[in-house]
Amino acid sequence: MQWETVIGLEIHAQLATNSKIFSGASTRFGNEPNRQACPVDLGLPGVLPVLNEGAVAMAVRLGLGIGADIAGRSVFARKNYFYPDLPKGYQISQYEIPVVGTGQLEIALDDGTVKTIGVTRAHLEEDAGKSLHEDFHGMTGIDLNRAGTPLLEIVSEPDMRSPAEAVAYAKKIRTLVRYLGICDGNMQEGSLRVDANVSIRPAGSQEFGTRAEIKNVNSFRFLEKALNFEIERQREILEDGGTVQQETRLYDANADETRSMRTKEEANDYRYFPDPDLLPLEVDQAFIESVRVELPELPDEKRDRFISEYGLPVYDANVLTASRELADYYEATVAAAGGAPKVGANWVMSELGGVLNAQGLDISDSPVSAQALGGLIQRIQDQTISGKIAKQVFEAMVAGEGDADGVIEAKGLKQITDTGEIERMIDEVVDANPGQVEQYRAGKDKVLGWFVGQVMKASRGKANPEQVNQLLRQKLDA
Amino acid sequence: MSLSPDEVRRIAHLARLSVADDEVAANANDLSNILDLVDRMNAVDTSGVTPMAHPQNATQRLRPDVVTEPDQRERYQRLAPAVERGLYLVPRVVE
Repeated sequence: MQWETVIGLEIHAQLATNSKIFSGASTRFGNEPNRQACPVDLGLPGVLPVLNEGAVAMAVRLGLGIGADIAGRSVFARKNYFYPDLPKGYQISQYEIPVVGTGQLEIALDDGTVKTIGVTRAHLEEDAGKSLHEDFHGMTGIDLNRAGTPLLEIVSEPDMRSPAEAVAYAKKIRTLVRYLGICDGNMQEGSLRVDANVSIRPAGSQEFGTRAEIKNVNSFRFLEKALNFEIERQREILEDGGTVQQETRLYDANADETRSMRTKEEANDYRYFPDPDLLPLEVDQAFIESVRVELPELPDEKRDRFISEYGLPVYDANVLTASRELADYYEATVAAAGGAPKVGANWVMSELGGVLNAQGLDISDSPVSAQALGGLIQRIQDQTISGKIAKQVFEAMVAGEGDADGVIEAKGLKQITDTGEIERMIDEVVDANPGQVEQYRAGKDKVLGWFVGQVMKASRGKANPEQVNQLLRQKLDA
Repeated sequence: MSLSPDEVRRIAHLARLSVADDEVAANANDLSNILDLVDRMNAVDTSGVTPMAHPQNATQRLRPDVVTEPDQRERYQRLAPAVERGLYLVPRVVE
């Protein structure tokens, strides 16, 4: 039987506020345990939550970024469950009326097509603390630094039909939240957490199959692997005549499999109700406009501009706008080079991209500045050096040997464009190889390429290849 | 509306309350009376009335995004029955 996969994602983005969503404690990552846990975060009796305006503004930013309706009035609710890293016994979340309503996002698929994925909603909530289960004489250790960190839970429609689409969507959300400056998108540190709801159904069926929710996926690669495993698991169950259980499953990266965590409690077991400690949140038009004017150019807008302004192919534009930092670097490179946008794109993506990849560096840690790379491209464009020599210069720049002009000067790599000098080298090569001259004159055109190679070799790569070609022809055809 | 003894036990479990067997019948009766009151309120025609999320007809005041809480871990941890290496210790959670 042919099966169709149905995937929806719930993405939790930790908002990059300074303080927590309901308290004035810091949200900085990596401090010693409980140094950022104040009485509100500890759930001590008598404390009251006060909502952080910064978190609301960031939720609105996301809403505007996905073309969603912003709720003029939204309500905070208590989601009740018991776990020691949630000291109050409930998580403050939004249930019936979230701050961000229906929106959508476009994803580019590998075959070049574009697909629109619906976003059902995005709501504000607080993060829980962390439980450490190892090595406390049979006790569990609780760190509440993370408790109360603002989260924006972005819920998609079940619009994705393959793991590749799910990964493309998750990557697009990550790109967007980083552009918007509302989340650092770091999956390893848990700033961006992806839960996947996945089910399969007979191809052509309109009804959804029973889904499993996969948690504990902390990279895009693992997301794809976890989904592939889960789809295969469900297919085997159904083809053996069994039924899929609705449950939460954890992905184990070491074993590359998903494992049952617990049967998902019925939703009403959370006993959601409006939190009496918090009044309804009102977001008026003036507030929305104040957020809108601060919005940066968004990824899709930037990509379209790169295509129209720099004449880049869609592929290049997509790669270069994957992060704001990379896009800024590229634009600074083109500005420094004084043009040559396609040459600049090639250098940023291939040569620089290769170095960053090999050294495990981010574009913001690039050993070569955009100014310096632009300077190098300028020397290619004005024919001071050839593209081939430029790679040699670039390597020296990566090694910290100075800027393009400095390296070209120090290593004597300046391209030889002096006709007299090139002709001298041609004469030597031609005089030393009478046999090949005979062949060429006998009509064997291919020998010309050989001669060009010999002259380039004699010049140690520094001669201008076009000039060599032209002068050789003149000499041999004379 | 009347709650069964099993429903009372389930609600008590969700709220982590221990209810003795000889209290279940009385609890079921009390809770059922409360639900009857809710039923009577439900009978009132409220079509056209926007539900309130809070008894006060006011909206949430917002706080500027500024860190105002200093680190007072030692002080707070004096209240805890067990701490180690800065962590609060609780009975082991078995998943």
